[in-house]
Amino acid sequence: MLQIKNLHASVEDKDILKGINLNVNAGEVHAIMGPNGSGKSTLASVISGKEEFEITRGALSFEGEDISEMDPEERAHKGVFLSFQYPVEIPGVSVTNFIKTAINENRKAKGQDDMPAAEMLKLIKEKADLLEIDRKFLSRSLNEGFSGGEKKRNEIFQMAMLEPRLAILDETDSGLDIDALKIVANGVNKLKSNDNAVILITHYQRLLDYIVPDFVHVLMDGKIVKSGTKELAYELEEKGYDWIKEELV
Amino acid sequence: MSLKDKLLSSYIAFEDHLEADSPLHDLRHKAIKTFEDKGFPTKKEEAWKYTSLNSLLKTDYSIFPKQDHAVEFKEVKKYFLHDIDTYKIVFIDGVYSSFLSETTHNKLDVCLMSSALNKSKYKPVIEAYFNKIAKEDSLTSLNTAFAKEGAYIHIPKHKEVEKPIEIINFSTGNEAAVLLQPRNLIVVGENSHVQIIERHQSLSENAVLTNSVTEIFAEKRAFVDYYKVQNDGPSASLIDNTYVSQERESNCNVHTFSFGGNLTRNNLNFYQNGKHCDSTLKGITILEDKQHVDHNTLVHHIESNCESHQDYKGIFDDSSTGVFNGKIVVEKEAQKTNAFQKNNNILIEDKATINAKPQLEIFADDVKCSHGCTIGQFDEDALFYLRSRGIAKKEARALLMYAFANTVLESVKIPELKVRINKLIANKIGVSLGFDV
Repeated sequence: MLQIKNLHASVEDKDILKGINLNVNAGEVHAIMGPNGSGKSTLASVISGKEEFEITRGALSFEGEDISEMDPEERAHKGVFLSFQYPVEIPGVSVTNFIKTAINENRKAKGQDDMPAAEMLKLIKEKADLLEIDRKFLSRSLNEGFSGGEKKRNEIFQMAMLEPRLAILDETDSGLDIDALKIVANGVNKLKSNDNAVILITHYQRLLDYIVPDFVHVLMDGKIVKSGTKELAYELEEKGYDWIKEELV
Repeated sequence: MSLKDKLLSSYIAFEDHLEADSPLHDLRHKAIKTFEDKGFPTKKEEAWKYTSLNSLLKTDYSIFPKQDHAVEFKEVKKYFLHDIDTYKIVFIDGVYSSFLSETTHNKLDVCLMSSALNKSKYKPVIEAYFNKIAKEDSLTSLNTAFAKEGAYIHIPKHKEVEKPIEIINFSTGNEAAVLLQPRNLIVVGENSHVQIIERHQSLSENAVLTNSVTEIFAEKRAFVDYYKVQNDGPSASLIDNTYVSQERESNCNVHTFSFGGNLTRNNLNFYQNGKHCDSTLKGITILEDKQHVDHNTLVHHIESNCESHQDYKGIFDDSSTGVFNGKIVVEKEAQKTNAFQKNNNILIEDKATINAKPQLEIFADDVKCSHGCTIGQFDEDALFYLRSRGIAKKEARALLMYAFANTVLESVKIPELKVRINKLIANKIGVSLGFDV
């Protein structure tokens, strides 16, 4: 589904990704772990098409198609979704209006008509229930004054509404208490199928107890330096990252 | 001949047709003298530093346009709030159109300035209110000298006007260029409520310059909601001089939506003459090409315990220019005043310009006054966030514009007007979002 080959990316002439190789197939869950500043969020942004990052070398393809030059909205239409580490506050636009717009813009891109209002309401209710989101919450301005946990839950609500093929969850676990973490993880697990894939970006193994990865990758200094199964996450939790650095030397 | 000279000589001809014993005669005479002395404002004056009338004044305008232009309702329906019932005072090239209008004399007067100025039964009101708060600046004086037509609205005490009143000035372009000078007087009695929508609309590509004066009097506990829809064609320019006088516990709101026109200057002046007045001045300006809009506001706090709220949002594309010059004066007696002013602007293109200048003159010591002005660009992170959800760049920008303007839109109290403004904004930025923010 997602193929990344020797990907180099920079921002303002500073190299951040220095040769990433990663293959994600449908039905898989990949976890990307690594110390601060290793390039995890940059990788997420580059896959989603944030314009301030420039791909300087390598290939980025999705479903066999080169997406490296595509606009972020085109990638979204193809099924790429990013759950933001820091979702942006947009006063004046309600969660409901935002998600309605997003759904219908995606449909428009596929040549479909707007979703009928009744169907939209039903879908919103169903997905809000899945993530135990209160109705009142949906009429509030997008992310404005939301707690860290509310913002993350709102991201997963959007993911549930949009049903992406590839979901990248960038530190979705940070700022969540254990109850909220369980709700979010449960939501992600329910959305998981053999047709879609998830990339989890996280510092901590904690999330991986609830969303179990098939593969764990360690990202350091812009490269994936080690890959393994979920046992690698336990090892990292126990020993930190230094032993990998030593291994590399 | 310069436009000024043409106006001065036209006045002599105009004066011949007026009754010499009319009480307005002296007023007009004085006014034309003021205009003669001061002339059109130039950029040398502080208040006109960023707005030049020079290019407009080169045009040879017809000062008394011919009067035989019928307009079919279906041609102009879209400019009315046609989905609800309203009173309508409609002018075509400065002349009243009884065909398009719907006036009333049933317990309230929604009619014509020409009747009010000429019929004796209106004399007490005219004597008490006409030209009583209008400034003696050159453009207002020019309007006063030639004032003969416009809307006359008089709401007696304890009356809630059951439907909005629309004042629409059409220009047909029957002549190459026309100067229009509507003069409106609105008197809202004690404890009465009224909603008014004002619009200037050119129906052709020919040049129009409108120099409009509106005086609004809100008596004790009166409630006035006034909306200015400025979405005229690219060859139409407007100088709007509006004066609002408020008595005790009255509440006046003026919303100005500036999307169209060539050059627009809004001189909006509020005077709070009684305690516990509330004034709201809000505006959304969205400009492109070489459009120019200048908001010049004054809130004069004269008595204690009053409030004023100003909130102006501007979005400037291409090489459009905006001006916001907001002055708040708090007199020594006006203790416990709360006066707030906000002016936020987004510049889309590097060539777009906004000149913002708040002016606070505070002579009282127990007041809360604040002003905040921002000039920025679209938040790139917010744009990326929206786009990553599949919302195309243009629509994402539109959504952010709506969100930005929403604090002004949310206080529009006529739902049909709000829908209309939403559509105008969507048209202006070329999107269809399918919902009202």
